[in-house]
Order: sequence, then C-alpha cells, then structure tokens
Amino acid sequence: MSFREAVESGKFLITCEVGPPKGVNIGPVLEEAELLKDRVDGINVTDLQAACMRVSSVATCALLKQRGVEAILQMVCRDRNRISLQSEILGAYLLGIRNVLCLTGDHVVLGDHVEAKPVFDLDSVSLLQAARGLAEGKDLAGNELEEAPKDLFLGAIVTPGAEPVEPQIYKLHNKVKAGARFIQTQAVYDAGAFARFMERVSDLEVPVLAGIVLLKSAGMARYMNANVAGVSVPDPLIKEMAEAGQKDKAAKADGKKADYRVKTSIEIAARLMRDLKPLCRGVHIMPLGWGHHVAAVLEAAGL
Amino acid sequence: MIASEPKPVEEILGYLEGERAIFVVACDGCATGCEVADPEHTAALVKELEANGKSVTGVARVEMSCNGGLVALMLSQHLEVVQQAEGILVLACGVGIQTVARAVERPVHPATNSTYLGGFQGLWRSEPRCAECGNCMLDYTAGICPYTACSKSLLYGSCGGPKNGMCEVDPEVPCGWVQIYERLAALGRAERLKEMPPLRNFRSMLPAGERRRASLWALELTEPEAAEEEG
Repeated sequence: MSFREAVESGKFLITCEVGPPKGVNIGPVLEEAELLKDRVDGINVTDLQAACMRVSSVATCALLKQRGVEAILQMVCRDRNRISLQSEILGAYLLGIRNVLCLTGDHVVLGDHVEAKPVFDLDSVSLLQAARGLAEGKDLAGNELEEAPKDLFLGAIVTPGAEPVEPQIYKLHNKVKAGARFIQTQAVYDAGAFARFMERVSDLEVPVLAGIVLLKSAGMARYMNANVAGVSVPDPLIKEMAEAGQKDKAAKADGKKADYRVKTSIEIAARLMRDLKPLCRGVHIMPLGWGHHVAAVLEAAGL
Repeated sequence: MIASEPKPVEEILGYLEGERAIFVVACDGCATGCEVADPEHTAALVKELEANGKSVTGVARVEMSCNGGLVALMLSQHLEVVQQAEGILVLACGVGIQTVARAVERPVHPATNSTYLGGFQGLWRSEPRCAECGNCMLDYTAGICPYTACSKSLLYGSCGGPKNGMCEVDPEVPCGWVQIYERLAALGRAERLKEMPPLRNFRSMLPAGERRRASLWALELTEPEAAEEEG
C-alpha cells in the first residue's frame, strides 16, 4: 500500500525515519530500512539533517524505492534555490518517489559547514506551494510543464511544544492551505500538552502523526530540554531513565547484562504511543540510531 | 543614503483598507532627497488618499526618521492625533518605517519601497535594518522587517527553531517572527498571518543601471577612465 493509500484508508499510521550516511557506506541504512519496512507505512529520509553534509535524500530514497520501501522524501530549503528545489522534485518523481515532506531546514550555523551560504529562497510554505503547482502542471514562474507529476503527496511538520505556539499554528494553517496532506510533528513527550495542541488545531482537517524520539539516556533528555526548540521531556521521564542508567551501571559492575535503559526507553515510548493514539492519526518514530529497537517499541505499544 | 521609490497608490490603499483616519509621517532625510517624501510629493499623496475617502488627520515631518529620539519627539508633539489615528502611513526608508512602528502602538504602513544603499562606504548601519529589497513588506509584518530580523529571512512565518522566543542561530538574538507575531497580536491583527503574500522577488534588489552610474563608486571608477581618455 502506498503511503497516500494508507493515509486515505483512515488506518492508524506509523512512519519512521532513517538518515543517509556521511560517506558512501549505505549498507547500514538499507539494512535498517529492511528491518522496518513491513512494520511501517512509510520511511522518511532526512535531508542533510542538522545542516550536516551527507548523501542526498533523493539518492537514498531512490535506493529504498528499488527495495520496495515506501519512502518519504524530506526536502529542506537551506541548500537550494527555487529553481533547484523544483528540479529535484521532478527528478525524484521520475525515480518513483511520490511522498515529499517540505521543511524550512535548520540554519547552516547549526551544522558542520558553518561558513556556507544559507539559501532559504523558499521556505516550508512556499516549497509546498511550488510542489503543488508542479503537480498541477505549472512551475513557480507560471510556465507549463510537459506532463505534470500529478501524484505528488505532500506533507509538512509542526512543533506542538513551541513557545509561543501561535506562530506555529498560523504557519500550520498556511501549510495546509498550500497543499500539505499529512503532518508529522517534532518530538512529543507530554500527551496532555499534545491533547491541548490538537484541540487548538481541531479546525484543520489534516492527519497528524505525533513525533516519537526514543530516549537513550537521562543525559540525552536533559540535553534536548536545554538545546532543542519546542522539545520538553518531563522530569518523571528523566528520572525513570536516570534510574535505569544506575541499574545498568551496577549490572555492568557485576558483569551482568546492562539493558535497563533500552528496556525503559522502549517502555516510555510504548506508553506514550498508547496515550497519543486516541489523539491523532498516527505516530512518526525518530529512532536516531536505535532503528533496531523500533519493532520492540511497536510491539510493546500494541501497534 | 537609502534610496527609495513611492509604492503604487493602489498598493497603499490596499494596506489602508478598513481604516479611515490616517496620520502621515514624512522623513526629511534620504526619502526627501529621493523626492519621495518631500513636501510636494507628500501633499500629492495626501490628496490622493482624501480623494479615495480617507481622512488625513495630520502630517508630521521628522528630520531623520531613522533616529528613534527624533521620532519620539515628533510623535509626542502630535500625541492625541496619533493615538486616534486608525493607521499611520510613513514616507521614509525601511529603517524609518520600522523606527516609527517601534514608537507607536498603531498599525504602521509603508508608502515606499527602499531599493538601494547608494555610495556611502564606511557607513555604520545599526538597527532596525533595511534590506533595500525593493518591495517593502512592513505592512504585512507589523513594521518589523522579516528579511533582516529573521536569520533565515523567511517571509511566511516562524521556522521551528526559536526557543523561548530566541533565535536558533544565536540564543541572545530574539526571533524576528516571534516579535512580528507579538506585535501583530498586540495590534489585534494576528489573523493577518493567515495571508500569504507573493514570493519574494530578488530581481527588485538589483540596482538599476542608472543608479549604478549615479553612485559614488561608479564615479570613482569612471572618472579616472574619463581623465585618461582625455589624456
């Protein structure tokens, strides 16, 4: 089933993400996708995530497509102007890619080429407009296309925990107006806060997939709280992870198996997913290197 | 000097839709030098506004509208009229418009497009800053320039990066779009963010040939050549 069919079927959606390698060692990404592909409705491929130079998202999506994976191409506006972005969408379409997630992208100073020119000719909203225009047979300059990529299926993101959240909500409205047919969110850790956000966007008729980032440690949670915009891990979860970390330390000292953190992380994610399920149309899991634990998370969540 | 051009009257009238009592601020600095804000052109615009059903409740001139102190002094002399105005129309460069918008809690509209910072090498530009983009968006953005106040120069609202209202690029710099949202909300105009203006046109940033020829660097470059030719 294509991702569009899954969305239109009304089922509870599960998507996941993989990140292309820095260098041409593509094997691990393909293996990760192979592990996930039968458990999820689509796999996002990040586009130069965190402004770090890597293999392109389009090339990785094409390789996944060849292996029967329903790929969701992420595109950011940091590195290409409107000419190049439109061209890339057409090229991806020819390679069989239909799902495109449009994002603005992190600024170059957050990445590993801090001296690069930040482009941002378009942003998430205008990229959606451009892509929808292409699907309807016209480029941004109004020129007619020879055959339109009419089956493009477009998505966007939102940060429900942004402070203030209103600018995000206004922009989300414009994203939907500009052609977004599905929404994936930044990491959510508080189902109650997420419920209040969903209430505020209840006038938008678009499926929302709540973002799940697997917690690897208490330190990671604290780091995200301090540094990642719109992400807030509640203290009780940090405490749970810290206690698991202590147990792992003790187990290691005794020469025993130290898997308490992994178990706790899976448990937290599964609990969150069960709490989020009644609130939205699906979940989008960002395992950040823990792709091999995703199946266990889904199982624990009963998905 | 920041060179500016008048916006088409239709565009200005579009900004003023729903507002009748309009207070006009005109700058005696660069915008007057460009014959955009001088008394004659200001009077002509006022006449156009009145012909289109607007009531111009006052015209104030300020020596240099980029100077916050001078703007505050001028506004204090017209306090009552300014407070009663439904909108304030500013004939100045983008810096002047932003300076006025900072000083009043009324909707501020640009009457000009700033196009070009001509021939002033060594000039220290503080803030607010104008990108001389040639198509002033300050009406849409509550008098805060999205191109200079946002690190990504975004036109369609905040990215996902701001944390506690501060920019992802520098946590000591406020997010331009959070500021825009907050000022729009204070003016009761936040719903405007559901509008999507046309894409930015980068062509309007290219200095026209005549401007290039008129700027000081062009004089520096062409004068010696001319002198050489004359032998």
